[in-house]
Amino acid sequence: MDLAELFQLFDSTLRNATPLLLACLAGLFSERSGIFDIGLEGKMLAAAFAAAAVAAWAAAPYVADPFPGQLSGLGLGWTAAILGVLAGIFASILMALLHGFASITLRGNQLISGVAINFLAAGATVLIGESLFSMGGQTPQLSGNARFSGLDLPLAETLGGIPILGPLYRDVISGQVILVYVALLAVPLTAWVLFNTRFGLRLRAVGENPGAVDTAGVSVVRMRYSAVLIAGILCGIAGAYLSMGTSAAGFVKDMTAGRGFIALAALIFAKWRPYPALGACLLFGLLEAIGSKYQNVDIGLFVIPVQFMQALPYILTVVILAGFIGKAIPPKAGGVPYVKER
Amino acid sequence: MSVAEKTAGQPETAAPSAPAIELIGISKAFGPVQANKDISMQVARGTIHGIVGENGAGKSTLMSILYGFYRADKGEIRIGGVPTQIHNSDDAIRAGIGMVHQHFMLVQNFTVLENVVLGAEDGALLKPSLAKARKLLTELAHEYELEVDPDAVIHDLAVGFQQRVEILKALYRHADILILDEPTGVLTPAEADHLFRILEGLRREGKTIILITHKLREIMAITDTVSVMRRGEMTATVKTADTSPAELAELMVGRQVLLRVDKKPAQVGQTLMQIRGLRVTDRDGIERLKGIDLDLRAGEILGVAGVAGNGQSALLEVLGGITAASGGSVTLNGQALDLTAHADAGERREQGIAHVPEDRHRLGLIMSFSEWENSCFGYHDRPQYQKSRLLMDRRAMRDDAREKIEKYDIRPPSCDLAAANFSGGNQQKIVIAREVESDPDVLLVGQPTRGVDIGAIEFIHNEIVHLRDQGKAVLLVSVELDEILGLSDRIVVMFDGRISGERLPSETDQNELGLLMAGIDPKEGAA
Repeated sequence: MDLAELFQLFDSTLRNATPLLLACLAGLFSERSGIFDIGLEGKMLAAAFAAAAVAAWAAAPYVADPFPGQLSGLGLGWTAAILGVLAGIFASILMALLHGFASITLRGNQLISGVAINFLAAGATVLIGESLFSMGGQTPQLSGNARFSGLDLPLAETLGGIPILGPLYRDVISGQVILVYVALLAVPLTAWVLFNTRFGLRLRAVGENPGAVDTAGVSVVRMRYSAVLIAGILCGIAGAYLSMGTSAAGFVKDMTAGRGFIALAALIFAKWRPYPALGACLLFGLLEAIGSKYQNVDIGLFVIPVQFMQALPYILTVVILAGFIGKAIPPKAGGVPYVKER
Repeated sequence: MSVAEKTAGQPETAAPSAPAIELIGISKAFGPVQANKDISMQVARGTIHGIVGENGAGKSTLMSILYGFYRADKGEIRIGGVPTQIHNSDDAIRAGIGMVHQHFMLVQNFTVLENVVLGAEDGALLKPSLAKARKLLTELAHEYELEVDPDAVIHDLAVGFQQRVEILKALYRHADILILDEPTGVLTPAEADHLFRILEGLRREGKTIILITHKLREIMAITDTVSVMRRGEMTATVKTADTSPAELAELMVGRQVLLRVDKKPAQVGQTLMQIRGLRVTDRDGIERLKGIDLDLRAGEILGVAGVAGNGQSALLEVLGGITAASGGSVTLNGQALDLTAHADAGERREQGIAHVPEDRHRLGLIMSFSEWENSCFGYHDRPQYQKSRLLMDRRAMRDDAREKIEKYDIRPPSCDLAAANFSGGNQQKIVIAREVESDPDVLLVGQPTRGVDIGAIEFIHNEIVHLRDQGKAVLLVSVELDEILGLSDRIVVMFDGRISGERLPSETDQNELGLLMAGIDPKEGAA
C-alpha cells in the first residue's frame, strides 16, 4: 500500500465519520441530560429527506438565482444548499421536540418514543417523497449549486510539497465539504461547553441527579428541552450531510442505514465524552472505508467475502453494545422521567 | 439574592420583633388526603425550632411548601414579617431559605465545589464561580467547623461529609433559614454530635434553623422550641425547656407511649445457634468478618451494637443465607448450616431462620407488588399457600395477609395496595409480620425501627419481646444504642469485623458501649 492509497483511505474515513460524529454528539447532549435517544437514526433520516427535498426545490430552474455563482468559491452553492441544511435542521428539531414532549412533558418511556420516531421517519420520508416527486420515494439528484462540494483550504497546493504532511493536508484535510469541518469543530466546542460553562455543569447534573438541579432552583424541564433541541440541530446537520454532502447527492429510502445506531454504539464506546467520541467515530469510519475499498480480500487460504468486509462496522457495534469493551457507566438518571417526590 | 441580603442585614435593627418565619393557616390536600390542615407556626430569629411527628403526620409536606416543592391550597407565608410567594425552589432560595434533604440532593460524580456552585453560578462561565466558591468555602469551614475538601468527589465522601456539603450549599446561597429533614438518620453518634456543634455555631451567627426529626433525644438536646404534628395538624408548640420526652411522645401519638420496653426477665434455655470462627470476605476482597464466635440461646434477645459498617450487615447476610462464608461454622440445633454459595435464603427459612433485613426496600419488600404478595414472599411455597403442585392458592394468601393486617394493625388495612403506598412504619410491620408469623426458631432482625415512627416502634419492640417469651432466639442488629440497651438481654459490640466486647444491659451504659464501638475496651485498659 503506497502513501496515496493510505491517504485515500483516510479521506473516506473522514467522510464516513462525519455523520456519525454529528449524531454521536447529538446523542451526547441528549443522554448527558438524562434523555436516552435511540431516535438519532430517525432524526437524521428525516433531516436527510427534508434537506434534499428543499434543496432540489430551491435549485429547480424556475427559481431564479439572484446572484449566480456568487458563493461557489466557498463550495456552498448559494441559497439552495443553505436552505436545504436549514430545512434538515428544522425537520430534525420537529422530531426532537416530539421526543421531548413524549419523554419530558408526558414522562413517557424514552426508548419507545425513540423507536416511534425511527418508524415515523422511515415511513413519512418515503410517503412524502413519493407524493412530491413521484420517484419511488427518492428526491431528484442534486447537482451544481444545490449540493455541497469540496472546500479547498488555504495553501493546500503550496504546502502539498512538504513530504508526508503536505499531501496529508492537501488530500485528506483540505477539500472536504464544509459540514465535515463543522463536525470536527463541534468536538472541542462540545467539550468546552460541557466542562467550562454553567450550561454544561447543569446539563451534566440534570442527567445524574435531576433532584439536585431542581432543588438548586433550576428548571429540569428547561434543561432537558435545551439538550434535546441541541441534539435535534446536530442530527439535522448530520442528515443534511448525508443527502447533500456525499456522492449520493439526493435522498434515497433508508439512506441512514443504521448510522444512528452506530453513533449510539460510538457514544457508549466513548463513555459519553466528546474527544473519545471523535476517536470512536473515526474508528467506525475507518472500518467502513476499509469495507468499501477492499471488497474481496484474498488472504491466501481463502477469499474474505465482500459482505464480511462491509459488515465490519456493524460487527464492532454488536461487540461494543454487548459490553465487551470495558464498563461504560451511563448518566445515572438516564431514561428516567423526572417526577418531584410525592 | 437581594432579599437574602436585606434580611441578612436586619436581625436586630429593622424589625426585631418579626419572626423569621411565620406560617398562617396553611392547608394542603392531595386528593382526598388532607396532608396539612390549617397550620400556623412562628419561628423566632436565631433559634432552633424542632418539628416532631410520626411518619405521615405532614412534617415533610409542610417543609416542602416552605421550600417551594408544593403550593399550599390556602394560607400565607411570611419571611421576616414580609408576605412571600414561594412557587418553586428558586423563590425559596431568594427568600433566604435553604434545605438539607433527608436524601441528599447531590450529584454523586461531581466535586464538592461543583455541587456547591450548581444553580448559583455567577455567569455563563464556570471558572470565576468556582474560584469564588473555593474562597468562600474555606471561610465557612473555619467559621462553622464545616471542613470538607472542595475537590473531593461526592461518592468518595462519608455521609457525614456529604451532609456538610448540603449545608455549605445552603450557606453559599446566603440562606438565613436552614431546614434539616431527619438529618441524623444516616449519621454515626460522633457525626451527629459534630452536626449539632455546627448547628449551634449557626445559631450563634443569628441563623434560624428548623429541625425535623422523630428522635426525641435530639429535640431535647438542641432545640429552643418544638412543634408537634399529628395527622396533618399542629397539635402543640412548646418551649423545649418546659417539656419532656414522654409528653412529646404522647402529643405525637395521641396516647401514652412507653419509651422503655416493658419486658419480663428472660427465661434462657439451651443454645440454639452456635457460631464458631465465622469469616466473610466480600466481593471486593475485603474481609468483613474476621472470626466471630457467638452462642444464641433460646428465649433471649442478643443485641449486636456497632457503628454501621463494622461487619453487622455481613453477619446478618451470611446467617440469612444471602452471602457465603469464607471460613468457620454455624450449627442450628446441632445441625451444621451450609455456608457455601449453594445455600440460599429460602433454605435457611425452611430450617427455621427468619430474617428481617436491614434495608427493607432493597431486600425486604418488592415495592411495586401488592401487600398480600409481599406478605408471603419467601414462604410462598409452603403447603398452606398451594392449591396444587402448579398453582398458588391466592385466596389463602390474601386471607392470610388480611389476618396479619389485623393482628399487626397495618394501615391502611388493604392487602391490594402496593407496598410502596405504605408508610415506612407500616412497611416494616409487613416484613415483621411475615417473618414472625412463619414461626421461626431464630429471628435475625436488622435495624427493626429505622425510619419507623414512635407508635410503630413500640409495637415492633413488643412483638420481638413476645417472640422471645415463646422461647425463640433473636439476634438484633441496630445502630440505635437506646434500642440495643432497651431490648437486649445480652449485648455484643462489633468493631472492624470482630466482637470487641460483651456486656449485660444492666451492667453497662451508652458511654461504655460507645468506647467498645470505637474498638476500645475500658475494662482491659484499667487492668
